Amino acid sequence: MTTAPRETSRDAFSVAFTVGTYGVAFGAAGIAAGFSVLQTCLFSLLTFTGASQFAAVGVMAAGGGAVSAVAAATMLGTRNALYGLQMAPLVRVKGFRRVVAAHLTIDESTGVALAQTPRGTHAMRRGFWLTGAGVYLFWNLFTLLGAIGAKALGNPASWGLDAAVPAAFLGLLWPRLTTTFLRVVAASSMTFAVLVTPWLPAGLPIIASALVAVVWGWRER
Amino acid sequence: MSSATAWIVLGATSVLCFGVKLLGYYVPEGWLARPRLQRVNALVPISLLSALVVAEGLVVKTHVVLDHRLAGLAVALAALFAKAPFPVVVASAAITSALVYHLH
Repeated sequence: MTTAPRETSRDAFSVAFTVGTYGVAFGAAGIAAGFSVLQTCLFSLLTFTGASQFAAVGVMAAGGGAVSAVAAATMLGTRNALYGLQMAPLVRVKGFRRVVAAHLTIDESTGVALAQTPRGTHAMRRGFWLTGAGVYLFWNLFTLLGAIGAKALGNPASWGLDAAVPAAFLGLLWPRLTTTFLRVVAASSMTFAVLVTPWLPAGLPIIASALVAVVWGWRER
Repeated sequence: MSSATAWIVLGATSVLCFGVKLLGYYVPEGWLARPRLQRVNALVPISLLSALVVAEGLVVKTHVVLDHRLAGLAVALAALFAKAPFPVVVASAAITSALVYHLH
């Protein structure tokens, strides 16, 4: 048990650094969508939940309206509420520290915390805080680098940034497709998005695709 | 996109995303623990990310357009099948797309 904290720290650091580097792609995506370097960095500091950030700037880049962008980002963020539900009895903090804990409640901090279950509650709590703080540090650092870099590059298409954004979404989607059922949900969502694109205002097909999730998730299977 | 719109999107996204995070810490457990809500919620990221791949990779405004981005996406897909790390996936898509964009 004495070695557990060190292994937990190692887990936390490797996840934090790896995921943090994705921030470069977000920084570039923010600039490509027309946000300033400051605004792009504030997304990472204040929103701090990768998929939602990508969605907000992605919808704007696709020519969608502000409401679609915010709705897509918020819907993608709702899973963090379920993570919070699991983390609240673990971290057991009140007041300002609870606000900080909530802000750091994302895929990675929850994932590392739950992965420490065999090592005990102490390791889980440590995994949560170290991973959350580590991702926060690296994600914001790399967002800044990506935004400055993209700003220096100019025309997004000329440097392939317009393809980097959907590739980033594909990269975020891929590890979630762990079962055949989930792959079917992804494929039907893509098909749905293609089919409704000519009929809906830009950006709305993204929000509408949540209906596909409702249809597939409605009944137990 | 106007500067005002950019700030509104940034502000609203940040407030709402933080709000849902906080919700998990304050709402009674039974409230969010309904099975149907959890099932749908688990699938929402998959549906939205799938639609975002389409919207960003295959769409211009309200038209499906197959262009240089598709070449980038195809390479990204190949990289994912080859278990490449995320930065490699994104970079290989960008490089491919840029090449096709300039050759075209």
